[in-house]
Amino acid sequence: MKNDIIISEISLKEKLIHHFEENITTLTADETPLFKEIRLKAMDTFMKKGFPHTKLEDWRSTNLSKSINKEYTLQLGNPEVKLDVSTIFKCDIHHLDTFLVTLYNGWFLGNEDITILKDGTIIGSFSKACVLYPDLVEAHFSKYASIENNSINALNAAFALDGVFIYVPDNVTVSKTIQIVNIINTEDNLFIQPRNLVILGKNSKLQLVHCDHSIEHKYTFINSVTEIVIGEGSTVDHYKLQNKDNDSTQITSTYFNQAANSTLTSNVITLNGGLIRNNLYVKMEGKGCTANMNGVFLIDKDQHVDNFLLVEHCNTDSVSHQLYKGILDDQSMGVFTGHILVKKDAQRTNAFQNNKNILLTDKATMHTQPHLEIYADDVKCSHGATVGQLDQEALFYMRSRGIRENTSRMLLMYAFAAEVINKIQIVPLRKQIDELVYRRLKGELSDCDQCILDCNANRQISFDIDLSRL
Amino acid sequence: MLSIKNLQVSIKGKSILKGLNLEVNEGEVHAIMGPNGTGKSTLASVIAGRDIYEVTGGEILFKGKDIFALAPEERASEGIFLGFQYPVEIPGVSMTNFMKTAVNEQRKYRGLDPLTSTQFLAFMEEQKKLVEITSMLTNRSVNEGFSGGEKKKNEIFQMAMLEPKLAILDETDSGLDIDALKVVANGVNKLKRPDNAFIVITHYQRLLDFIVPDFVHVLFEGKIVKSGGKELALELEEKGYEWLKKDVN
Ligand SMILES: Nc1ncnc2c1ncn2[C@@H]1O[C@H](COP(=O)(O)OP(=O)(O)O)[C@@H](O)[C@H]1O
Ligand SMILES: [Mg+2]
Repeated sequence: MKNDIIISEISLKEKLIHHFEENITTLTADETPLFKEIRLKAMDTFMKKGFPHTKLEDWRSTNLSKSINKEYTLQLGNPEVKLDVSTIFKCDIHHLDTFLVTLYNGWFLGNEDITILKDGTIIGSFSKACVLYPDLVEAHFSKYASIENNSINALNAAFALDGVFIYVPDNVTVSKTIQIVNIINTEDNLFIQPRNLVILGKNSKLQLVHCDHSIEHKYTFINSVTEIVIGEGSTVDHYKLQNKDNDSTQITSTYFNQAANSTLTSNVITLNGGLIRNNLYVKMEGKGCTANMNGVFLIDKDQHVDNFLLVEHCNTDSVSHQLYKGILDDQSMGVFTGHILVKKDAQRTNAFQNNKNILLTDKATMHTQPHLEIYADDVKCSHGATVGQLDQEALFYMRSRGIRENTSRMLLMYAFAAEVINKIQIVPLRKQIDELVYRRLKGELSDCDQCILDCNANRQISFDIDLSRL
Repeated sequence: MLSIKNLQVSIKGKSILKGLNLEVNEGEVHAIMGPNGTGKSTLASVIAGRDIYEVTGGEILFKGKDIFALAPEERASEGIFLGFQYPVEIPGVSMTNFMKTAVNEQRKYRGLDPLTSTQFLAFMEEQKKLVEITSMLTNRSVNEGFSGGEKKKNEIFQMAMLEPKLAILDETDSGLDIDALKVVANGVNKLKRPDNAFIVITHYQRLLDFIVPDFVHVLFEGKIVKSGGKELALELEEKGYEWLKKDVN
C-alpha cells in the first residue's frame, strides 16, 4: 500500500488531479490504448467541471461540500487482502442460495479472479476481465456512463481500477442469484470508486442483488459506476440494498441499456445511510421494452437520500413504471427527480411515475420533482407526487380499535413501504427485507446488525426512529 | 355504564353540542335519531376520542371513569367501540393482521395473554359465522376497495371480534339494501347481552324494525330534545323533525 495517498479538502479536486498526473503511468501501465484514452478524456472533463455543486439543476438539493471537505485515502494498488470472507460476515438471506461476489474496499476479493460457470456465465474481477476479455469490455466500457458531461462518471472512469464483471451468454438463465457485496472495512477515510460491468446476451436472465455495507465507521466516499447491458429479449432483476453508516457518502450511478423486448426490474431499498445519491439511468434503445423501477427509503437524523432517475424511451412500444416512496423522520432530507424522456420516434410509449413520501416531523424535508420531456405524439404518460403526514383518519381508526398510537403509526408506515417491498420477486429476499424494514421501523435495526450480512461489528449504533414521536 | 352530563363540544370555534345529557345502562339499546348536521357523529367521535373536536364543557363517565383522561386506544380497551359512519381504507394492512393486532393489544391492556395465531384464526372463524360474514373481507386490506355495504358489514365484524361493552353504531344502516341491513341488525341482536349496551345512530325507522330499541332520543341542534320508547321512532317517521323545532325554541 505504499502508493496510497492522503487527499484533503479545499483542493480535493486539485489533489485528485495532481495524483492522477503523478500516477498516470502506473495507472495505465497494462492498459489498451482505448482505456488510456478514456482515462485521459475523463480526467479532462473532471478538471473542467470538478465535483457537482448545487448551482447545477440536477444537484440543486444535494450538497456535496461537507463530504468533499474531508481527508481521504485513495488506494491505487490492490491491497491484496488475503482473507476468508466468512470470517467477516456470513450471508443471512434464509433459503436463498446465491453466488456471492465480494468487493472489499472496492477491490475484488476471492480466490479465483474469474469464475466460469457451466452455462458459460463469467463472473469475476473487472480488472482481470480487462486483461482476459479486452474486446468484450471495450465494446461496452464507458459507452453508457458518458464521461463527456458528467464529472462524477468522469472521475470514476479516470481512476476506475476494479469492481465486478459479469457476462451472461445468449439463452442462459443464470440459475443462482448473483449477490455483490461491497464491504467497507478500514481504519482510514477511504475514497473508493468501484466500476462494474454486466453484459447479457440475447434471451438470457439474471437476478442481481447488490448490497452496500460498512463494517468500520469512517468517512468513506464511494463513487461507483455500474453499466448493465441487457440484450434483446433478456430479463434483469436488479436489487440494490443500502444499509450504510451515517458517516458515509455514497454516489451510485447505474446505467441500464435495454435492447428490444428486454425487461428490467430495478429495486432500490435504502434502510440507512449518510449522504446517498442514487443515479438510475434507463435507456430503452430497442422496441417493446419494459422497465419497472421501484424504490423505498427510510431515513432519520441528518441523513440525506437523493434518487435521481432518467428514463429514456428511444423506440416504439415500451412501458416504464416508476414507484418511489420515502419515510423521513427527524431533520432528514429526501430528494426525488424523475425525468422521463420520450424521443421523437418512441410512439406508443407508456410511461408512469409515482412518488409518495411521508414526513414524520415538520423538520424533515422532501424535494420531489417530476420532469417530463416528450417529443412523440402517441404517448400515455402520467406522474403523481405526494408529500404528507401519516393519514390521521387511518390512525384514529386503528386507535379506536385498541391499537396503541405507536403501533398504529408503525403499521401504517410498514404498510406504506410494503407497496414497494411486495414487488420484490425473489421470495426469500422479499421476506428478509420485509423483516428488516419492520425492525428498522421498530428501531431494532442497526447497520451492524444482521441485515443481509451478519458481521461482528465492534461498534453498535442503533438507528431508531424515535417511537415516542411516532 | 355511560353517563354524559352537559356535554359541550365545538369544532374550529363552531359550537356543535350544546349541553347534551345521556345515560346508558347495561343491557340497554338506545337509538339516536335526528336530521343531518345536528351533531350525531360528533357525539360518537367525542366518545371514541377523536381529537379534532374541542370539549368545552361537561363530562363523560364510562364505568365511572372520566374518559377524557383516556387515549382512544384505552377507551377501546375499556370496552368502547365505534362503528364509523365512514369507515377508513387502510391500504397495505390486512384485515386479519389488523384485527389480530387489535384483539391482542386490548388483551394486553386487560392483562391477558395474547392469542396465538391458531387461537386467533379459530376465534375469527367463529365470530364470522356468528355475524354471517363471508371470508372474503378478511383476506383483503382494511376496507380497501370495499363497497359501501361491505364496509358497514366489516364494522359489524370488527365489533364481533372486539366484543365491546358499549358499541356505538353511527349510521351503519345508511345506504344498505335490505339484506345488508339484516346482517347489521342480526349482528347487534346476536351480540346483545345483559352486560353490554348499544347506541344505534340512524336516520331511519327501518333499522328499528330489526333492532328493537329500549329508548329513542332525538338529537336536534346539539341537544337531545326528546326521549321516548320505540314508538317515538314511528312518530318521527310520520311527522319528520319539523314539529320538534317548536319544542327547542
Ligand atoms: N371536521 C369538521 N370540520 C368542520 N366542521 C365539521 C367537521 N365535522 C363536523 N362538522 C360540522 O359539525 C356539525 C355536526 O356534524 P355531524 O356531527 O357530522 O352531524 P350528523 O352526524 O348529525 O349529521 C355540522 O354542521 C358539520 O358541518
Ligand atoms: Mg353523521
